[in-house]
Amino acid sequence: MNFKNEVWVFIEQRDGKPADVSFELLCKGHKLAQEMNGKLKSIVIGDGVEEIAKETFRFGADEVLLIEHPSLKNYRTLPYSRIINDLVKTIIPRIVLFGATVIGRDLAPRVASHTKSGLTADCTDLKVSDVKYLNNEYPKLLLQIRPAFGGNIIATIITPDVPTQMATVREGVMELIPLEKPNEIKITRIEYKTDPVDELVQIIEQHRENNKVNLKAAPIIVAGGYGLSTKENFKLVEELAHTIGGEIAGSRAAVDAGFVTPDRQVGQTGVTVRPKLYIAIGISGAIQHRAGMQESNKIIAINTDPEAPIFDIAHYGIVGDATEVIPSFIEAYKHKLK
Amino acid sequence: MFNSIVMVKQVPDTANISGKVMKDDGTVNRTKLPAIFNHEDRVALELALQVKEKYGGKVIAVTMGPPRASDVLRECLYMGVDETYLVSDRKFAGADTLATSYVLSEVIKKIGNYDFIFAGRQAIDGDTAQVGPQTAEKLGIPQITYTEEILEISTNRIRIKRKIDGGYEIVESTLPVLITVLKDVVDPRPFSSKRVMAFKSARSVMDLEKLAEENSLLYIDKLIHEYKEKNLLINTFTMDDLNLDVQRCGINGSPTKVHKVESVVLKGGNQIKIEPTKTGLNHLIDQLMTDHIFG
Repeated sequence: MNFKNEVWVFIEQRDGKPADVSFELLCKGHKLAQEMNGKLKSIVIGDGVEEIAKETFRFGADEVLLIEHPSLKNYRTLPYSRIINDLVKTIIPRIVLFGATVIGRDLAPRVASHTKSGLTADCTDLKVSDVKYLNNEYPKLLLQIRPAFGGNIIATIITPDVPTQMATVREGVMELIPLEKPNEIKITRIEYKTDPVDELVQIIEQHRENNKVNLKAAPIIVAGGYGLSTKENFKLVEELAHTIGGEIAGSRAAVDAGFVTPDRQVGQTGVTVRPKLYIAIGISGAIQHRAGMQESNKIIAINTDPEAPIFDIAHYGIVGDATEVIPSFIEAYKHKLK
Repeated sequence: MFNSIVMVKQVPDTANISGKVMKDDGTVNRTKLPAIFNHEDRVALELALQVKEKYGGKVIAVTMGPPRASDVLRECLYMGVDETYLVSDRKFAGADTLATSYVLSEVIKKIGNYDFIFAGRQAIDGDTAQVGPQTAEKLGIPQITYTEEILEISTNRIRIKRKIDGGYEIVESTLPVLITVLKDVVDPRPFSSKRVMAFKSARSVMDLEKLAEENSLLYIDKLIHEYKEKNLLINTFTMDDLNLDVQRCGINGSPTKVHKVESVVLKGGNQIKIEPTKTGLNHLIDQLMTDHIFG
């Protein structure tokens, strides 16, 4: 197979600001590139984004491929995918990583389809390893690890027979560790050639809220699940969070049930968090949820079902009804700390 | 008039796993999970039906899967689609999103004459959200993913509000375009009882073949003809009906391979047990204060 021993990370920018997940991926990509004795390149597309390109060297990039043009200011599927398709087809990198954001999940499949690459969505871990598969030896393949089948299994996916291996990863899953000494800046500019096909879809207007919930930065998170049964009961979660100074979060089931907004969803298809304290209330602890919070420093689980898997990873387990336990908890807390 | 093709999928109900489907070792017995209509696809279908009601045109539902996936196509008929297509062949089995989108894009080319392709953002059994964009790429048409609302359709353009990270944007696309929709966009309509009566005996060619095999008095060609006459035929495409490169189908055409699977075993653990009493909770709060989490 013909490929360059390179790991690429697509650097996502919104309104000219880089996405955290892209830098997190660079840190992981840096490790993967070292393990395969290869190079790490960031792909930066936009208008006036040279500063972002430079910033990527702090997180391990060896080189940036920079494509700038006024019509590339905001992400649009057609021009962005065409640019990356061309780059992948000409250079043939070994690995390409995307954030599992709205942009990444729109872009990555389009690129994988065009370049006939393998693509694994929402990986919770990535490793490079020699693999024996169907009696063939494959040196230094990318292991793409993700929960599957409703979280009841953890699957390791490989793409042994294609030159380029692609994966998306959620924000917060990989750790952000800047290099002690940034790499030397090496920017390669690539010219964007306009094409009428790129203009089939136009952005009429865009709205972003700045006061975005930042669960990742919260030291204490109080999360509720479907076990709370009603939105009324979920208010207890909010009350507890308010009392102890925590952020409110929920499992996917709680979001689906409308107890809590999607931007507060913790888990594989939500945010991954590592707070000092995570209180899981009425959350059974499916693997997708655990994938998003099991690195928490201390975990308290409150559940009526003593067999609930959340207790497997909890440091403190309380078997009981949340509608009784939470008010007592709040009372005890106020008594001790006020 | 605008014609829509809706891509729907039958999925195992992974969201509602009960004790009945658990094996003794704590893993899930997948064969016991009920098969359901992927919810986001049903929402996509509802949007397509609303477009039809407002502007006229036809709605066609397509699914790829085992023969029993014709169940979801019957449900599409109950909701109001005009035509259905089952795409089914053993040679399609084991397909990842790349191989799936290859076959679906060839099916859509064969059906032809569409303005919109609708699909749910993702299916609950894989959560990849890849088949939509990959199908659009293979058809060489634009895509609008994460659709929240259709704002306006004119002769050759559609204006859509879609979710973006931290907000929303309004985009305008030329036609044809592939649109994937989020789950809360619209409430799918219930089945029309009139249509249930009319279409409950709709059958795919595979169903009819089985019928013919079981009863020597029935002839398959005649059966197909009869069902077609009565508008009860679920059109069926197998490998032979499509002009496909076999190397790009099913497991052969799937670059992603499952290397290892570990079952998640659900069983009790060894955490510190706190009694839900005043003493118990006081003790817990003391502990958290010692750990400098509280206070």
